[in-house]
Amino acid sequence: MTQTVIVIFYLCLLLGLGYLSGRLFRGNSSDFFVASRSIGPVVLFMSIFGTTMTAFAMVGSTGESFRVGVATYGKIASASALIHSACFFLVGLPLWSLGKRNGFHTQIEFFRERFESSKLGYLLFPMLVGLIIPYLLVGLMGAGTVMQGVSRGAFPELFPETGGAVPPWLTSLVISGVVLYYIFAGGVRSAAWANTFQTIVFMIMGFIAFMTISSKLGGMQAASAMGDPAKAVRAGNITELQFLSYCLIPLSVGMFPHLFQNCLTAKSSKSFRLTFIAHPIAIMLTWIPCILIGFWATGALMPDGVTPVIPEGASPNAVLGIMVGKLTTPIIGGLVTAGIMAAIMSSLDSQFVAVGTMFTKDIVVHSLGKERFSEKQLVLLARGFICLIVLVTYLFTLAEPRQVFSLGIWCFSGFAGLFPLVFAAIYWKRATKAGAYAAVAAAALSWFLLFQASGYGANSSFTVGGAMPVVVVFSSCAIAMIVVSLATQAPSQATLAKFFRK
Amino acid sequence: MKKLVLPIMILLFILHQDFWLRENGSLVFGILPATLAYHMLFTVLAALAWVMVVKYAWPQFPEEDDEEGSES
Repeated sequence: MTQTVIVIFYLCLLLGLGYLSGRLFRGNSSDFFVASRSIGPVVLFMSIFGTTMTAFAMVGSTGESFRVGVATYGKIASASALIHSACFFLVGLPLWSLGKRNGFHTQIEFFRERFESSKLGYLLFPMLVGLIIPYLLVGLMGAGTVMQGVSRGAFPELFPETGGAVPPWLTSLVISGVVLYYIFAGGVRSAAWANTFQTIVFMIMGFIAFMTISSKLGGMQAASAMGDPAKAVRAGNITELQFLSYCLIPLSVGMFPHLFQNCLTAKSSKSFRLTFIAHPIAIMLTWIPCILIGFWATGALMPDGVTPVIPEGASPNAVLGIMVGKLTTPIIGGLVTAGIMAAIMSSLDSQFVAVGTMFTKDIVVHSLGKERFSEKQLVLLARGFICLIVLVTYLFTLAEPRQVFSLGIWCFSGFAGLFPLVFAAIYWKRATKAGAYAAVAAAALSWFLLFQASGYGANSSFTVGGAMPVVVVFSSCAIAMIVVSLATQAPSQATLAKFFRK
Repeated sequence: MKKLVLPIMILLFILHQDFWLRENGSLVFGILPATLAYHMLFTVLAALAWVMVVKYAWPQFPEEDDEEGSES
């Protein structure tokens, strides 16, 4: 009960923050979509970091560490520490510069102009939105399972079917409603503020959870001694080829539509400097407690010294919620759950704004013309589409659940598979329109076929010849881009002059 | 310094593949499994590498892009 009250209080705080930033909202589409490009270094860092840290990083990482051991950190987090900043440097900065110079609000606007093709947007739009849906799903599923884990037994009369826990469908519904409120109040500015606040909350609460759980298990050394030794090593949990191929997955940040939009909010190129340096450290501070909690969970016993903390057959998604629920006090459990919700919502908000922006700018305005709509109508259209996507995602949460980590990896693999497209667009003058079409089609087709072969994410150990599926998607996209570009006519001089300065 | 950015990043990428710790299950300070401790150190090295990039290899943008303020 206490945990639920604290989470509700936290959600009310967010609604208040949304109201406040809404009062600063200028009411025009530029403010809604890119905060009038006025975000400074600290908010930019918090916003970008908060956006990349979602249920995947907290719920998913703990569950994956529980399932396959501490190598989870090396295969995705430390790789991200290097590669995320590299993506911000090699892709984010040039796109910010091109976006500011040419007034781009979305990735698709950039690709349409760079590849001299209006129709390319109609091919990219469904793919980007289609890949964002599993990402949103990861957030909503993660929120639902954590809340269910910590509130078990709190409402036996209200929710008898879940053992008295708040059911996942209700948590997902409330979380969606709160995020929708504060982004509707102030658009991307509101999302940036909420991200900053929530990033601070989830980092502090993660640390408190970590210290409390370790103390309850007899200290960090005792807790680590309880961990299953087989989960402390890479051998037997992940092959070298899998470990190597995981390195491609963090390239996904180069193609996330919401990160593209976050980058466009920067006031100047100098705003990015803090992000490059602080992002790896912030990743470490967020992931290490979760990885260790997952490792400890493999052998942790209740204070009676006999009963395992994690019941046999528990879902990896539930590990963090169970550890927090059983090994912390109700107040700390509530605060930590609020922190986890913060991590989840700080990604959902940017993703919601990004899909709304893409729909409005790339589909409606592009096909019907801007002059047909007032500023208010544009914002309304964005909100309407966001509601539709949230509804679709919400309906998916009611279907058979998937492992958060596995679903996240599939989503990131799709975006990472498209990385050759953005890299070629920025750095390769010879990249052509036909090459771009071929690259998108190859990535989409290969991703879908592999996702289908994995039982739509049900097989969380799915590989292709021992490597992660991202290798196939990435290679298909890169090969299609190179071969078809070389076989077709180079872009016009006007386009090259616009995108490649001497 | 700018010429060193790529070699440093490649070196970091190679260092990331800690296959030599593949079967090492010892706990550093009795808390951190060896591979986890190694990757924590790696993360700090990655952050330091980006400090160097920001300090010595920051790209120059056309002056109009770095003007502060609202878009037109």
